[in-house]
Amino acid sequence: MADLTDLSMAGARDGLRSGDMGAEELARAAIDAAEGAATLNAFSMITPERALEDARAAQARIDAGDAPDICGIPLGVKDLFCVEGLPTQAASRILDGFVPPYESTVTAKLWEAGAVCLGKLNMDEFAMGSSNESSVYGPAVSPWRRAGEVEPLTPGGSSGGSAAAVAAGLCLGATGTDTGGSIRQPAAFTGTVGVKPTYGRCSRWGIVAFASSLDQAGPMTRSVRDAAILLRAMSGHDPKDSTSAPREVPDFEAALTGDLRGRKIGVPREYLVEGMPSEIEALWTRGAEMLKDAGAEIVEVSLPHTKYAVPTYYIIAMAEASSNLARYDGVRYGRRAKTGAGEGITEMYERTRAEGFGPEVRRRVMIGTYVLSAGFYDAYYLRAQKVRSLIKRDFDTVFADGVDAILTPTTPSAAFPLDSAADSDPVAMYLNDVFTVTVNLAGLPGASVPVGLDAAGLPLGLQVIGRPWDEAGMLDVAYSLENASGFVAKPEKWW
Amino acid sequence: MSIDRDTARRVAHLARIEVAEADLEPLAAELSAILDFMEQLNAVDVEGVEPTTSVTPMRLIQREDAVTDGGCQEPVLANAPDARAGFFTVPKVVE
Repeated sequence: MADLTDLSMAGARDGLRSGDMGAEELARAAIDAAEGAATLNAFSMITPERALEDARAAQARIDAGDAPDICGIPLGVKDLFCVEGLPTQAASRILDGFVPPYESTVTAKLWEAGAVCLGKLNMDEFAMGSSNESSVYGPAVSPWRRAGEVEPLTPGGSSGGSAAAVAAGLCLGATGTDTGGSIRQPAAFTGTVGVKPTYGRCSRWGIVAFASSLDQAGPMTRSVRDAAILLRAMSGHDPKDSTSAPREVPDFEAALTGDLRGRKIGVPREYLVEGMPSEIEALWTRGAEMLKDAGAEIVEVSLPHTKYAVPTYYIIAMAEASSNLARYDGVRYGRRAKTGAGEGITEMYERTRAEGFGPEVRRRVMIGTYVLSAGFYDAYYLRAQKVRSLIKRDFDTVFADGVDAILTPTTPSAAFPLDSAADSDPVAMYLNDVFTVTVNLAGLPGASVPVGLDAAGLPLGLQVIGRPWDEAGMLDVAYSLENASGFVAKPEKWW
Repeated sequence: MSIDRDTARRVAHLARIEVAEADLEPLAAELSAILDFMEQLNAVDVEGVEPTTSVTPMRLIQREDAVTDGGCQEPVLANAPDARAGFFTVPKVVE
């Protein structure tokens, strides 16, 4: 069996339990796949010894009949999660050499459930980016190529390494984080499933903070069922994160029925943006038809403040980032710049941050500082927080009218070539997030599911937005799309 | 252009990010382009709208006021670029 790592998590779980394969055998297959894919640059670090050790411990639990769903499953972890004893640097130079002496709550839950740690995954620096190109490790490369072409494409960002690894079959699932689309956009670009849960579903403790009111961790997998399994394992209340919700975690997998009778799905007309490729529009229409065939009622809805979402998002995200990233001062951890004779602590701070942060992070921290500064706070930050209320109110109104979930495209385009964004302006890059940021601003759950390919053979995804805390219902809609579209395309191996 | 050279210098200093004099002009242009994009929000009527403080209507949970952690000087200092005698060290701050 050469393709053990192409198994779904659900399939591997069943195979491990029935004894069709061993956890160590599966871990070795994943290590080989990951080590053989250096060209994709998906991993910032592979941890073979740790993986084999975890696999042996998992096998003991499986043999003893005490195995949670993800026991023995090799997973990759985005470099934003602190894993005790493993270098964690949020793909930033400023955290060079940082080895966390503690474990993030989400990863602690995974290891407690017996998951196998395969390594850390590439990403945009501090999760700021949509193409994985701001990483200190260099960009992750998508396993997908346009038909007949060899030009390297972005796997998306910021969870680009997670998406590339999952799509290429280097691991069975991965963690990602999503502040404005960083799970859903890379999932759409790589033909994988990505879920951003309701704000508060997963603990943020031990995850390097970008924008605290928007950040959420979530699963990236190759099927909706696997996303349901991994999401359950990552979720739950954590006293160490005061915004983590004290709520029961449902069995998301058990909620997958594929039967949408009696469910109402909203299609927001404002998401039909100018310049969107006709293929994406057609896919969206087809997706709505698939849901109708599964029994759902399709209704047109209006989210009138959608067009203000991107600027609102960037003001809030940059403001929060400038505050969160103030901690990187070269004193307590990470990298410190050298200072000359006669230079003091201010020069040390300023040079450390100038050398340690890449251009996009510097830009965002400075804009964030500006919009929070005296005299500009009301005009930018406070106004953005008010528009955020209006964006959230749009969703509240739609849900109050009986809509169960909302269907939109995930991205305004398929994956673009690496390096194509470098010479374009930052604002053009921000517009990639046009369909995803609203979900973070309103704290809602959102899932991207692959539904088709474009003319060049690249995957396209649709997004399902759920009611707060109704990830189960949202995943059931995604599951229906997955079933109806019969999406099985995989990138042809060239790496 | 909303940010001129002097404002760029001031913002960079507030953010504690060193920027060479020669780079201030392009930086100002870059930051201005982003802020101009953000000014779209001026078109929204926000009269009487409360700013969002929390997306999930949730009471802040207070934990028991008890010591739950501590006594771990070694791991706390382990990642410091320069730690001596149980302290973080920095360049001289007072004369």
